[in-house]
Amino acid sequence: MFRWIIARRGRERFDLTDWMAFGFLGFGVVLMLGPVLWLVLSSFKTEAALQEYPPRLLPLAPQFQDVAGFDAPLQRFAVTGGEHAGRELVQIRRVGLNAQMIDPADPDTVLNVNIADREPVRAVEIAQENYTTVFTRFNFARYFWNSTFITVVATVLTVLFNSMAAFALAKYRFTGRTVVFVLIIATLMVPPTVTLVPLFLVVSQMGLINSPWAVIWPAIATPTGVFLLRQYMLTIPDDLLDAARMDNASEWRVYWKIVLPLSAPALAVLVIFSVMWRWNEFLWPLIVLNRSEVFTLQLALNSFQGELQTSWANLLAMTVLTLLPITLVFAFLQRFITQGIAQSGVK
Amino acid sequence: MIGAVRLIYEGAFNLFEGPMRWLQRSLGTQRMVWVFLLPNLLIFGLFTYLPILLNAWYAGTSGDRILLGDRPWVGAANFATLLDCESYLNPNSCRRDLFWRAVHNTGWFVVLQVGFMVLLSLIAALILNRNIPLKGFFRAVFFYPVLLSPVVVALIWKWILQRNGVLNAGLDWAGMGTVNWLLDPNWAFFWIVFVSIWANMGFYVLILLAGLQAIPSDVYEAAEMDGTPAWRRLFRITLPLLTPTLLVVMVLSLIRAVQAFDEIYVLTGGGPGSATLLLIQYIYDVGFATRPRQFGLAAAASLMMAGVLMVLTLAQLAATRKRGEDG
Repeated sequence: MFRWIIARRGRERFDLTDWMAFGFLGFGVVLMLGPVLWLVLSSFKTEAALQEYPPRLLPLAPQFQDVAGFDAPLQRFAVTGGEHAGRELVQIRRVGLNAQMIDPADPDTVLNVNIADREPVRAVEIAQENYTTVFTRFNFARYFWNSTFITVVATVLTVLFNSMAAFALAKYRFTGRTVVFVLIIATLMVPPTVTLVPLFLVVSQMGLINSPWAVIWPAIATPTGVFLLRQYMLTIPDDLLDAARMDNASEWRVYWKIVLPLSAPALAVLVIFSVMWRWNEFLWPLIVLNRSEVFTLQLALNSFQGELQTSWANLLAMTVLTLLPITLVFAFLQRFITQGIAQSGVK
Repeated sequence: MIGAVRLIYEGAFNLFEGPMRWLQRSLGTQRMVWVFLLPNLLIFGLFTYLPILLNAWYAGTSGDRILLGDRPWVGAANFATLLDCESYLNPNSCRRDLFWRAVHNTGWFVVLQVGFMVLLSLIAALILNRNIPLKGFFRAVFFYPVLLSPVVVALIWKWILQRNGVLNAGLDWAGMGTVNWLLDPNWAFFWIVFVSIWANMGFYVLILLAGLQAIPSDVYEAAEMDGTPAWRRLFRITLPLLTPTLLVVMVLSLIRAVQAFDEIYVLTGGGPGSATLLLIQYIYDVGFATRPRQFGLAAAASLMMAGVLMVLTLAQLAATRKRGEDG
């Protein structure tokens, strides 16, 4: 009964259990990737195509035509049945189950067509304007910059400060080492979500509200980072450090020129985590960044989805642009990221 | 590009080297430890330990002022308000009915989300541990949503679940009728559980997979030689040897489920009504989103939550240590 989950495949047979396993995985792929692909496809549709129900898979947009004597463009239909079958008409208005339609070449004769007898004329239309208006009307570049600034600065400082602490804890014997280590690891128990109110007081007393530093400062010392790096640095032989000290190297030189380069794999894992944490962070920025000029991408997206209930076209384009950087990073560093996480077991 | 990075790396070294040399000369080599530790400890002190102390103070005061000096001391009144209930099983009988609604919702959320997620991750990990083609691709696909930001995750699903969305269109096509998914309390709750499993599952698949790969293959070979059936191998070998990793996965996902906020806030905003209101959102609403801000109540609720989290984290550390010893 459980064979399909665990059995190891024989050399040449591709049996039932393999089919079940692949069924599960195939379903998983559709469920995991489908929604994202649907978002990307939808983001290229015009607002008119987005309003259509049922939605179409491809960005096919209903077509409209200007006709002399009418203020607004009229929608084009191909008539499939009834007396006008085979003609292409535009619709003036719908009355119950009938549509009043005209031939653009002969705008004065109004024809009655049953709505079951007509099909909208569609053409592939890639709505690039969804993406361009995101930059022109919604100041997307500003939010992108805010997010990038916070992510880059916080990541550099996280790696620097955490590796300094990890170096001290891994490579020195001193009184209080255990206490310091426990104090740092113990902060795992107090995630920022349970100290929101006092954290807000501290940050506001420092005058940081509505500044990117309100997000950066509280985030850059991480117990996971210190722990990860310390474990890695423990594997660097002390002899290397002592040899450098013999050559009169300062402690700073030992740290920067020997320990840091040798810890590169662990540092890279921390960089990836930090980028992910900061780029995706939501609750804390929501509390401390209230003016739209300082919004991060996540905050901007959130506030747009509140305001633009109906304008999905721009919202979808913005969402795609927000997931793009992380997706690119993942595409290139996939193996590295999954291995790093599997080994360290943190997120 | 690499040249520029190297230049910055060297530049930063030279920038700090002078002051650091001076510090080492004046403090002595032994005290340099504290120089290396200082930035981290300062930040932890200021943004973690100081807030913990202040939180207790906030929980004992009332008013809508943020400065502690402006806040009258009320003792345990905030806790009394939150805990004032005729029956803890019925949020409607409580003075702060929303708090208890949030506690109930969070409880259900944690049980359902963690239960189903661990089960599904385990199945996925076991399958991915088989000797199948395209393994790396499948692993990457399951993991991909983990990297997406919660806001993006919520918007992806909002777009699918909206009234004229693709899910309703599919059901319509199959002749099953449409549902207003996020406006029906039960369905909305189903979807917050579903979406948060969707977004987080890949992470646990990865950890379980690492655990599975650490099981030595000669154990299986021996069992196979003895003709042990597959289901027996699963329950007698794989699961017992995987228990430490499973424990870590459970505790980690519990800790995170208790703190769930982002995706759910964007997806449903806690609605309809309070059907998907969870604890963190309650704290955010009471302390920051609605006026007058009730910092005292928010801090008291946080403090109770912190207690639960502390127990869970200690359990996690114990589980991690056990895993470290076993593996």
